Amino acid sequence: MSRLILKNSIRIILMIALQVFVFKNMGYYNLAAPFPYVLVILLLPARISNFFLFTLAFLLGLSVDAFYNTLGVHAAASVLMAWVRILFINITLQSDNYEGMETPSASETSFRWFLIYSFVLIFFHHLCLYFIESFSFRHILYTLLSTLLSCIFTWVLVFLHEVLFFKRKKKRL
Amino acid sequence: MRNLWIFISKYNAFFLFIVFFVFSIILVVSYNPFQKTATLNTSNQFIGNIYAKVDLWKGYFSLNETNELLARENANLRALLKQSYFDTEVQAGTVRDTAREPRYRYIEARVINNSIHQKNNYITLNRGSAQGVERGMGVISSRGVVGIVLHVSPHFSTVQSVLHSDTRISASLENSHAFGSLVWGENNPDPKVAYLKDIPNHVPVTKGERVLTSGYSLFPEGILIGKVLETGIASGDSFFDIRLALNNDFSTLQYVYVVSDDLRGEQEALEAENQAEDE
Repeated sequence: MSRLILKNSIRIILMIALQVFVFKNMGYYNLAAPFPYVLVILLLPARISNFFLFTLAFLLGLSVDAFYNTLGVHAAASVLMAWVRILFINITLQSDNYEGMETPSASETSFRWFLIYSFVLIFFHHLCLYFIESFSFRHILYTLLSTLLSCIFTWVLVFLHEVLFFKRKKKRL
Repeated sequence: MRNLWIFISKYNAFFLFIVFFVFSIILVVSYNPFQKTATLNTSNQFIGNIYAKVDLWKGYFSLNETNELLARENANLRALLKQSYFDTEVQAGTVRDTAREPRYRYIEARVINNSIHQKNNYITLNRGSAQGVERGMGVISSRGVVGIVLHVSPHFSTVQSVLHSDTRISASLENSHAFGSLVWGENNPDPKVAYLKDIPNHVPVTKGERVLTSGYSLFPEGILIGKVLETGIASGDSFFDIRLALNNDFSTLQYVYVVSDDLRGEQEALEAENQAEDE
């Protein structure tokens, strides 16, 4: 349990640092920017309470906002992402299967499930992010294009992380 | 209450999402200038549209007052138009004759009221005593005699037209210089025709002969009055009448000249002495 908390805490700090110091400087103009800090939300422990999940997502987004000078934008997107995570897991995973997991990572579920899971969550996060940023539906096509390209960018990074830290220590139940 | 609590805890994810998301959006709107202005603009536009709609309906209730106001304003503006000003400029032409003293002056005037279908017709001119018009002056136009000034106000004068049953104008025939009185009316309502009365029997008159002013009264000599239409209408033992077509078209009269006779006073005074001696 304490190992789980420590692991997640380190991940949170590390991902925020990477996001604001490294990935903030990457991107293709305004069109595609990576936000791999969402990996934190993807990989939060499976048995985390809803309230704690939302609080963590909110604080995570808020921390990133503090560095991006966009107070509330990432927080809102992260909160939406947390909600989508709850819904998606409720719909796609058997609850008794899920209860036994430590975290919904590719190692503990399946690569296919994790790819879909991460893509859906990242997509909603980025959609929310870009729409709040533009705050209008006037340039909707541009917003959607940015969403899609950034989504792919982040998704590739998350996928790389999963490949790098893939451990076949536990068999799928 | 318990059911409500069960409901909320069952769907706690959704309610938590709403709470956190709304809080985030509040942060976004209150701390980011762009989204802040965007929100305010949107709401302002919304409110502005409502106000515009309400105002559109409110406008109908004040239509009467608005119309009255506009009518008053129109009247004020109309008063500023050029036509509203009385033209006080006078172009008084003087006939200069180097061999003689100038006698007649002409005051140009515009006909502002006219009638031809009455038994006694009058014309109103936009010139009055301020411009030098006096009672008894003759009025001519470019096409002939018009009438005699009857009443004068500071800025207007009325003219007893030739088409008046009391108007008598001394007229003479062009060739014989025989003179008579120009009369209109008396069973003759045609505004184009008048009678020249009391021409002596022996005077030869031809059809189409011109009838001019005699120069004995008011008008300068030789101003065209009309042309003879019919001659030899018996009126007495040694006189006859001539029917003549007036040269002036009184129905389209616009610009006229008031004839000011500088020597009229002298002439009248002299003639008055004659009458005094007769009596």
